[in-house]
Amino acid sequence: MAEAVVQVQNLTKCFGTFTAVDGISFEIREGEILGLLGPNGAGKTTTIHMLLGVITPTSGAIRVFGLPFDQHRETILNQVNFSSTYVSLPQALTVEENLRVAAGLYGLDRVSERIDDIVTRLEMQEFRSKLTRRLSSGQMTRLSLAKAFLSEPKVLFLDEPTASLDPDIAAKTRAMIQEIRRTTRMTVLYTSHNMREMEEMSDRIIFLQRGRIIAEGTADAIKAECGETDLEEVFLKFAREPEAPVHER
Amino acid sequence: MKFHRIAALLSRHLYLYKRSFPRVMEIIYWPFVDLVIWGFITLYLERFKGTMPSFVTFFLGALILWDVLFRAQQGITISFLEEVWSRNLMNLFASPLKPSEFLAATMLLSIAKVVTVSFVTVLVALFFYSFNVFLLGLSLVPFIVNLIVTGWCIGVLTTGLIMRYGQEVEVLAWGLVFLFQPISCVFYPMSVLPEWLRAIAWMNPAAHVFEGMRRVITTGGFPVQDLLWSMGLNALYLAALIFWFHRMFAVCKEKGLLVRVGE
Ligand SMILES: Nc1ncnc2c1ncn2[C@@H]1O[C@H](COP(=O)(O)OP(=O)(O)OP(=O)(O)O)[C@@H](O)[C@H]1O
Ligand SMILES: [Mg+2]
Repeated sequence: MAEAVVQVQNLTKCFGTFTAVDGISFEIREGEILGLLGPNGAGKTTTIHMLLGVITPTSGAIRVFGLPFDQHRETILNQVNFSSTYVSLPQALTVEENLRVAAGLYGLDRVSERIDDIVTRLEMQEFRSKLTRRLSSGQMTRLSLAKAFLSEPKVLFLDEPTASLDPDIAAKTRAMIQEIRRTTRMTVLYTSHNMREMEEMSDRIIFLQRGRIIAEGTADAIKAECGETDLEEVFLKFAREPEAPVHER
Repeated sequence: MKFHRIAALLSRHLYLYKRSFPRVMEIIYWPFVDLVIWGFITLYLERFKGTMPSFVTFFLGALILWDVLFRAQQGITISFLEEVWSRNLMNLFASPLKPSEFLAATMLLSIAKVVTVSFVTVLVALFFYSFNVFLLGLSLVPFIVNLIVTGWCIGVLTTGLIMRYGQEVEVLAWGLVFLFQPISCVFYPMSVLPEWLRAIAWMNPAAHVFEGMRRVITTGGFPVQDLLWSMGLNALYLAALIFWFHRMFAVCKEKGLLVRVGE
């Protein structure tokens, strides 16, 4: 079995008296795509933010590449990237300028070559020198993905990456993630509210509710355990029956 | 600290200024207007001369120097606000960028702004009022460096407060520095202040710079003591404020504010 690239142990985040993430533990193996599923406010984004070090956990441990996150933030983040539909890049810069700044932040070499490559792969040629504020929301999402792929990260966190993409680009994006994963053994944590996408993309799914893991396994295993044939039905069942854990971990 | 990350931040701001006429104007406009108004006031006051040595040198010199401090502060605070406005903090701090590298980049930007502004103000003073600031002597250079550092201190302070308390306190970016103006003794000697205020002014590194500047003009000698005071206080404050900024940064990460600022 491939070794765990991301290890999360008893991770908890409280904002004041409110517990957003409540003692979750999981691992992501090298080259694995893990889907994080759950209703609005379940704690998915908060979890990703903790894995990126922009939110400090209240308790629990995060290890990436076997290294404790707090002590090795710089080493880890150099090989990690993220993309989120809800985090945009500076609007007053062009697409290419934004990519150049990102390249600098990650200390990349062969910058022009890399940018040419990613712009071609994400079919961004026609808006490459446009100002970011002039892009459609789907184009902006593609820019955000391009930024994430540019540094060829070993670990990629994607927070609803396809939420604003048209079906064609969404499918191409999924194919690209799969392909990069196949060729580079990139490890991916993925959130989406699109159940079909979740099933198609994820090797394994974690179902989060109110900050807790209430189900975990392959899509098929989770469906079987719930006696449903459709992940969407599983989602509705969990979301509407607040306290119905499938199994305790 | 990694220079490539600092350079990346610098390029991000240069891209911004390259295309933004209003932003460039912002740097040039205010010092220009200030200088024109104060220049004419000075010319008017010159008519009553005899009671005081060279009004022009006192006021215009003071004004140009105050602008150095102000721009140095703005260089830091506005650079941070640009990231807030464009909601870019998440992109920056989810990358390997460190808060110290962020501060270093804003400090370099502030030097660039100071140099640009000074270039404008010095030229304006020369053309409109035939006032050559360099006549004050090269001994002013270490004082200017100290003013920049004081500007950084106030810049780091305002930035930390805005980061922690959000956009409601955004006005501090422009306002807080002026709280320091009366106790910086820009246009008058420290001796005109009431005793209790003088004690406060004494702790302000900028006040020693302006005292020193006046000493340069009136006596022509080099005021070592004023310089040492402002250097000592600056070093103390800058170190303390950078430490405090890192604390604020940690608090923001605990409260999840870093990913929320700008909303
Ligand atoms: N900085 C914060 N301060 C206080 N509460 C927060 C903060 N950030 C998130 N929360 C709360 O934590 C909970 C989890 O939020 P999170 O954004 O992680 O949910 P999510 O699973 O990503 O939901 P969605 O599907 O809507 O994106 C929510 O109830 C949210 O209100
Ligand atoms: Mg979310």
